[in-house]
Amino acid sequence: MGDLRTLPLAALHAELGARMGPFAGWEMPVQYADGVLREHLHCRSAAALFDVSHMGQVMLHGPGAAAALEALVPADLVGLADGRQRYGLFTDLQGGILDDLMVARRGDDLFLVVNAANAAADVAHLQAGLPAGIEVDVIADRALLALQGPKAQGALAPLVPCAAAMRFMDAAVLDWEGAALWLSRSGYTGEDGFEISVPLGAAEAFARTLLAQPGVAPAGLGARDSLRLEAGLPLQGQDIGPDTSPVEAGLGWSVGRARRTGGARPGGFPGAERILHDLAHGTARARVGLLPDGRAPMRAGTPLFAAEGDPTPMGRITSGGFSPSLERPVAMGFVPSRLCAPGTRVYAELRGRRLPAVVTALPFRAPGYRK
Amino acid sequence: MKYTEEHEWLRVDGELLVVGITEYAAKQLGDVVFVELPEVEAQVAKGDEVCVIESVKAASDILAPLEGEIVEVNEALVDNPALVNDDPTGEAWFFKMRVDDLSVLDGFMTEDEYAEFVA
Repeated sequence: MGDLRTLPLAALHAELGARMGPFAGWEMPVQYADGVLREHLHCRSAAALFDVSHMGQVMLHGPGAAAALEALVPADLVGLADGRQRYGLFTDLQGGILDDLMVARRGDDLFLVVNAANAAADVAHLQAGLPAGIEVDVIADRALLALQGPKAQGALAPLVPCAAAMRFMDAAVLDWEGAALWLSRSGYTGEDGFEISVPLGAAEAFARTLLAQPGVAPAGLGARDSLRLEAGLPLQGQDIGPDTSPVEAGLGWSVGRARRTGGARPGGFPGAERILHDLAHGTARARVGLLPDGRAPMRAGTPLFAAEGDPTPMGRITSGGFSPSLERPVAMGFVPSRLCAPGTRVYAELRGRRLPAVVTALPFRAPGYRK
Repeated sequence: MKYTEEHEWLRVDGELLVVGITEYAAKQLGDVVFVELPEVEAQVAKGDEVCVIESVKAASDILAPLEGEIVEVNEALVDNPALVNDDPTGEAWFFKMRVDDLSVLDGFMTEDEYAEFVA
């Protein structure tokens, strides 16, 4: 506990009444005075401000950075236009997922946002896997904020007018009172919104200014987790990891057409053989949504059975809990592909009892992205 | 009212013992979204897991504070788990149990002792 890293805005969180907890080596705001349920619903109806400064921010400089990064990430990065962002994966030689990340194109440079728990490993992976001409610049002098919800644009536009013209997955550098903000219109909640990288010197003033806008309230990691679950978004290290392949995780779409068999630049990324095979032939298991019967939440680790009396589990829940928007429990997990059709009835073992759940398509709630 | 180290409150109602969770516990749990109650007439031993409480964040249990028989459960909590946050020491009682000897309650914490325990 003593080794936890402290967020640059820790004093502001304390002032806002945050309850702090450890996550990925950082002391993070889990919730504020309103609690997870209200923070969640506020994000769905208005706008929530999250401090996600624990996440790793990395710039890649040098000619051909996009082509070079394609050696580590199966997304189409050469085809990523300036000012656009794309979701990608670091894969390993077996086709497992080392981390998921966002990649934004800024001229010849790429701006990466990676998960906190893997940030150091990702940087080492980049340094080892990219040619000497590409500089891997770890950005340590910026906070990262996420403003999410249907009122996010309305709250941000008075401060940064050009942000309103951005559409989903656009990336831009915009000025706020002399500070260069690195924005993308994206997030991890299923809502419209922005992720905003702010120079440390301006971060607290910028956060306070956003919080003073109508409709904006702070939200913590607890709400971030229930929001992303409703949005069907996987969490690295929990739903996906080295033991899951992109295709079985339902992330095959992130493998660009150009990188696939018959594309302009097929393969050439770690685990290509397995991943391209999975894309062509399907996988033995799949990530699905699950709607538990009744009110009992089914949480991560809960074993799944094909039939009420089966002795051995066929799958496992990887994320689950109560959905504040749907007012019912929801979960996601992996099941054999023969059981992945929506409507399939499966059984979860909860406190020694087998309780039914129904396989459903993800997400649980349609996203509000401004495309 | 008496208190356990597991953050339950115990109140004597006639010859029965009423059990709920403290305001401190309710606040720590956060928004309660699911409650599972024991069977009426169940015989329980001290320390048995008799109720399940799930908040948005996590699952936890209520342990039987004493040996005895469950005689009544608060079904209102099943339909409206949020009562546990709204009125933990009043409307949100969990169950009533019959115990052999109510005098053993003397062994539990008083309100002052509990306040110090959670301080």
